[in-house]
Amino acid sequence: MTVTQMTPDQLCEDLLKATRALDNPETEVSLDFCSVRRIDSAAVRALEELAGSAQHKGIKVVLHGVNIDVYKVLKLVKLARHFSFVNEQLASGDGSGERNAEPATE
Amino acid sequence: MIVSDAVRERSPIPLSADGPSTERIAYLEKLVSQSRTAAALFTQFTQDDVDRIVKPMVLAGLAHAQHLARLAVEETRLGVMEDKVIKNMVACEFVHNFVKDKRTVGVIREFPERNLLEIAEPIGVIFSLTPITNPTSTVLFKCIVAIKTRNAVIFSPHPKAWRCCAEAVRIMYETAVQHGAPEGVFSCLEAPTLPENRYLMHHKDVALIDATGGPGVVKAAYSSGKPALGVGAGNTPVYMEKSADVNTAVVDIIVSKTFDNGTICASEQTVVIDDEIYDRVLKKFAELGTHVCDVNETKLLERTVIDPKTGFMQPLAVGQKAIDIARFAGLNVAANTKLLIAPIEGVGRDHPLSVEKLFPVLAVYRAKSAAEALRVCVDVNHAGGIGHTAVIFSRNQEVIRKFGEVINAGRIIVNSPGSIGALGAVYNDLVPTFSFGCGTGGGNSTTDNVNIYHYLNIKRLARRTQNHMWFRVPNQIYFNMNAVENLRQFPSLSTVIVTSPGIEQIGHVDIVRRHIAPETHLHVLVIPDAEPEVKVVLKGVEELKFYQADQIVALGGGSVIDAAKIMKLKYESPLADLEELAAPFLDLRKRVVQYPTEKINRARLIAIATTSGTGSEVTPFAVLTDKASGRKVTLADYSLTPDVAVVDPQFVMSMPKALTADTGIDCLTHALEAGVSNYASPYTDSNAMQAIRLAFKYLPIAYQNPRDEEARSMMHNAACIAAMAFSNASVGVNHALAHAFGACFGVAHGRANALMLPHVIAYNAAVPAKFMPSPWTQGYVAHKKYATVADLLGLGGQTVEEKIQKLIEAVERLLDQLDFPPSIAALGISREKFESAIPQLAATAFEDPSWRSNPRMPLMTELVDLFWKAYEGRGKVKADVPQELATK
Repeated sequence: MTVTQMTPDQLCEDLLKATRALDNPETEVSLDFCSVRRIDSAAVRALEELAGSAQHKGIKVVLHGVNIDVYKVLKLVKLARHFSFVNEQLASGDGSGERNAEPATE
Repeated sequence: MIVSDAVRERSPIPLSADGPSTERIAYLEKLVSQSRTAAALFTQFTQDDVDRIVKPMVLAGLAHAQHLARLAVEETRLGVMEDKVIKNMVACEFVHNFVKDKRTVGVIREFPERNLLEIAEPIGVIFSLTPITNPTSTVLFKCIVAIKTRNAVIFSPHPKAWRCCAEAVRIMYETAVQHGAPEGVFSCLEAPTLPENRYLMHHKDVALIDATGGPGVVKAAYSSGKPALGVGAGNTPVYMEKSADVNTAVVDIIVSKTFDNGTICASEQTVVIDDEIYDRVLKKFAELGTHVCDVNETKLLERTVIDPKTGFMQPLAVGQKAIDIARFAGLNVAANTKLLIAPIEGVGRDHPLSVEKLFPVLAVYRAKSAAEALRVCVDVNHAGGIGHTAVIFSRNQEVIRKFGEVINAGRIIVNSPGSIGALGAVYNDLVPTFSFGCGTGGGNSTTDNVNIYHYLNIKRLARRTQNHMWFRVPNQIYFNMNAVENLRQFPSLSTVIVTSPGIEQIGHVDIVRRHIAPETHLHVLVIPDAEPEVKVVLKGVEELKFYQADQIVALGGGSVIDAAKIMKLKYESPLADLEELAAPFLDLRKRVVQYPTEKINRARLIAIATTSGTGSEVTPFAVLTDKASGRKVTLADYSLTPDVAVVDPQFVMSMPKALTADTGIDCLTHALEAGVSNYASPYTDSNAMQAIRLAFKYLPIAYQNPRDEEARSMMHNAACIAAMAFSNASVGVNHALAHAFGACFGVAHGRANALMLPHVIAYNAAVPAKFMPSPWTQGYVAHKKYATVADLLGLGGQTVEEKIQKLIEAVERLLDQLDFPPSIAALGISREKFESAIPQLAATAFEDPSWRSNPRMPLMTELVDLFWKAYEGRGKVKADVPQELATK
């Protein structure tokens, strides 16, 4: 499975591309938010669009490495429930990481 | 509120039977949605981010202060443009000065000494209603406060002040977004109606309503079921007391009451003037451009500015000039008149001008005395102004304080203008605001000047606090054979030896007498050898007084020493109320009743123990009975601890076997319970463990060979050492059970303890059904501590469970060696009799304070179970430590 890197400077564009890419015959899409420190209202709108489109096409969207501040924003705007979240902790050095791809509850 | 929203209240927009239209609902939903997103995005902002937005907003507000003031006056036709400029500037500059260095993001305050942190959490979407009388300054204020606290606001201005408010919101919004604030952080409801206000007040995504307006708006806000800051009307009383600086007071009142034509609801409404200065005050008002009405003019004024039907002010008068109001009323006044003064003779509907008047008309009242003045001020306060604002002019601090006590107002302004004083930060150190909390009297949730802290959820991060603990014992403890010889070193003019008949008969008093310092006047007080009674103690106190004792030597068992402790307490502090001092408590540091520290007499208490069990010679406890009332009370305080303890085995060599066993097991129970107590510390543990070791080794020897000096000596030490442990760590459920059972069936305390002990060890070692709250302990450790005891005694066992089982068996063997009955049944108590006593036994045990330091919180059913186990007897007691705990 491919994980698409999100770039902070062009987050909206990346999200738009990801939304378009939902047309591919995949059942799961993974987006890497590790380098995204903060989101703005345009990103929220792009995520809303992505969530709506994914729901319509029955595709699961997994967000990797979303920091807790951004996660809280998604909870407050009630978007978190449309995504699954994976936090991988690589700092331990054992390579095992922590994976929790459960959808958020609200 | 900053102003009473008089116009709105008196001329409400007609209520629609239906809610908002579909189109309007879509519009409202869009506003809420964008505000919610803005508020959510705002949570990512740091303090620096926020402060970088606030300052340009403040500067923009200052730059547009005149523009907005002009718009407000043109649109509302209320107030004074120049004054509105000042208000706008205060809303920006003074509020900024207050908030600029305040933390509103992340950790906002730290209390290291309390292990507490306060962390800010934004509120979210705030729905804010703003008034007609103070439109733009209120908007500026709320915008700055909202950005500083990372909140989004939907404004609903008064319809007749909508354009100026919308312009203020626009200026603030554009500046904020330009400097990084989230889009949609402010919005202004277009053409708001009451149904739409209601819709937003009930919207699930609106977190807080901030309603600045009249009582109707505030009531609607509070009725919505949402958290609300509803800030309503006032009626400010002013007391001008005879010591006041009249010149300053009169100018202050004119400044305040004419400011923006009196639209600030904190402005003065009725001035109550002491008779002595009344004429001088009115003359001064007149000199400074004020028209003082005569009786007829006052009547004309009343009819013009007060609605006779409602008793409230006429909306048309609100915010108008004095000269115009005079013209409406048909009064002939000078062209430069800035204020109309109307004498009144009372407060209420019969005196129309005693109500709130948001225009430059001031009622005055001549008070014949200070008492009358205060009464009238209270009347004004209660005529629509509860919780709001009051003013006093006086140099008499006592009068000022009394005024503050009797007037119910969130702001009591002293020797300064009411309206500008209440705004804060100009004449005083009140927090600058444009929203006055009026407390419960005004239907508000706060009496504060509303500020940034009301726009935050403040979270408290409370770290676990490790209270200071202690280890307190007598200053001096002398032990080993002939330790009594040390008495000689304590100088005394008058010593009273308190003892019992049995101790006196066997010659112990004579031994003590020989070692008292020479030339000491000595008196022997013999008391019954039983739990001390009130009357015995009080009689003893009389003897101490008679002999002017400076030293008390308590020679005996626990009862005698307890009696001496209480005698000393009452002798030194005669007013000490023993009944009150026995009040129950949970924590020594927080107890309600404190022991007296003032002492009339002083006496050294030396305790010489003649039994090896209670350890009363070193404990802070004493038991007292009152036969008249049938009550028994336990006194506990470290001030009861003897000053000197003598642990001399020569006084226990002749103890009978049964007493040796009973007191010895009491000692062992003290040590075991202190060892697993929630109050146990490394200090008490060292004593508890040593006492357990000594008791296991020497108690059987002392019992079998009473003349064995070493065994007697070591058991005497063990009792004292165990007592030092439980004096500081307390005991546990074993004692609670034993107290209840012993009192009910007349069984000696040590014997009662012995019947419970194996069962209580098994009980405490198991996983509790209910854990005891205890900030001192980390995790549940009772089972490990019992295992440590087993190791200390060399009992063997590999796992924790095995070790605890070995300990239980060792205790049972010891009890067998000491010839203790194996069960309650073996005492000859029938099952029926015991069964009928069980409910009361359990209730009594549960009331006993001893178990409060027990590691496991006993349930009533568990107490019943323990009693039944003790009834059935030992020999079958099994440690029940779960594998999970046992292997760790």
